[in-house]
Amino acid sequence: MKVIYILWLREVKKYLRSRTQIFASLGSPIMYLGVLGFGLGPIFRKAGEGSYLQFMAPGVIGMTVLFTSMFSGIALLWDRQFGFLKETLVAPVPRIFIMMGRTLGSATVSIIQGLLIFVMCFVAGFRPVSFSVVPLAILFMAMIAINFAALGTVIGSSLKDMQGFQLVMNFLVMPIFFLSGALYPLSNLPKALALLTRIDPLTYGVDGVRTVLTGVTHFGIAADAAVLVGVAILLLSAGAWRFSKIEI
Amino acid sequence: MIQVENLVKRFGDLTAVDNISFTVERGEIFAFLGPNGAGKTTTIKMLTTLLQPTSGSLELDGLDPTVNRDEVRKRFGVVFQDPSLDQDLTAWENMEIHGVLYGVPRKERHERATTLLQLFELWERRDALVKTFSGGMRRRLEIARGLLHTPKVLFLDEPTLGLDPQSRNQMWTHVKSLNETDNVTVFLTTHYMEEADRVASRIAVIDHGRVIAIGSSRELKEQTGTESLEDAFLALTGTTIRDESASAADSMRQIARMWRK
Repeated sequence: MKVIYILWLREVKKYLRSRTQIFASLGSPIMYLGVLGFGLGPIFRKAGEGSYLQFMAPGVIGMTVLFTSMFSGIALLWDRQFGFLKETLVAPVPRIFIMMGRTLGSATVSIIQGLLIFVMCFVAGFRPVSFSVVPLAILFMAMIAINFAALGTVIGSSLKDMQGFQLVMNFLVMPIFFLSGALYPLSNLPKALALLTRIDPLTYGVDGVRTVLTGVTHFGIAADAAVLVGVAILLLSAGAWRFSKIEI
Repeated sequence: MIQVENLVKRFGDLTAVDNISFTVERGEIFAFLGPNGAGKTTTIKMLTTLLQPTSGSLELDGLDPTVNRDEVRKRFGVVFQDPSLDQDLTAWENMEIHGVLYGVPRKERHERATTLLQLFELWERRDALVKTFSGGMRRRLEIARGLLHTPKVLFLDEPTLGLDPQSRNQMWTHVKSLNETDNVTVFLTTHYMEEADRVASRIAVIDHGRVIAIGSSRELKEQTGTESLEDAFLALTGTTIRDESASAADSMRQIARMWRK
């Protein structure tokens, strides 16, 4: 337990110390929120869908959690290259504890980032149905975070260096975001796109956050939660397996 | 304590370790000497469960590092050749994480960390981030950290690289006393012959992945008919300079340096 705690603490401390990184990572969600939120707002309203900001804010929160958790999972590569990973890998603790500490740390950091964006959205004019739903929204953020921190671990354990990183970014992280329904409603989509959105775990995460915060739902929160937990179990197992196989 | 038989490690076409065998007795200080790329680090990585051997058998305190990984990990401590500190944490935090990972109880952990940081003259800088440390300070911290728990076997892979004579002296004195008082078996590699001469009870010379000579410093000198260990080493391994190709880690470090002002 102490091992998990200290590795969790490490992730959180490192995050809190990297102020510039915090601001930098808030840049792109704010851009999406500002440019798309206000830019597409009038058209969205004309289409009879109501406030676009209200619609996309949960999507942008989901995106922030996705990016942050995925990156801190892949930061494994960084630790591998700079050696700290070795220190943890030779320690007399089961590797699953090491992975859990890292994953929970990444998840915590992602939730903090998600909450910062939630505050930004609020400042921009986003209004949740009530503030009492925030804890439930955090729970969904946590589920998103654990899913993608685990996926990041799978990738981070499988790549040897940062060269594959761009590939992962363009062919995995961006599609996960764009197919998640963060930016557009999932109803009345072309068949192929509808299918792709349904196999994207983030879709259920965004739908969960959106349902909780705005009351508008596509799958219903029970279905969202079930899918997220199921996929998380798969990804965590895969992550644990890949992590246990790391050789340096 | 350590038993290696017919150990082989291949990376693709390259045979890094080519059928080596040796034994290290309990309580012994054993030195592995060899030019760059001889297979020293690869052997240590296999003994410390970081790499799986291609073939051959390994034993550490009667256990097989390829099978009983966690049990074996409880028995050794290691100071790696490459840096393995977390640069975004302070010296104290690096010590603290290590202590927790190795299950050293809180009180003992703090006492030992204090003593070691004082010994290696890092106490004043304990709350500074490691990335602000000079190369020598990092190295000292790495060694202090490796000594935080008392293992049965201590692996030191070129621990003194980049250290000034004072720190080197401190380190070896400490290692010797650990060896004498706690009966810690020490397995070390170094490029400094006088260090091996000073601390090691037995020395193995390894080149191109093979053990080419093994024995005490005196035996090696007698065998080669030379006056010093350095001459014996050169007589055994020749005078050609070996190049190691830059690894992925090196190029990464270069990129990172570029991005950090």
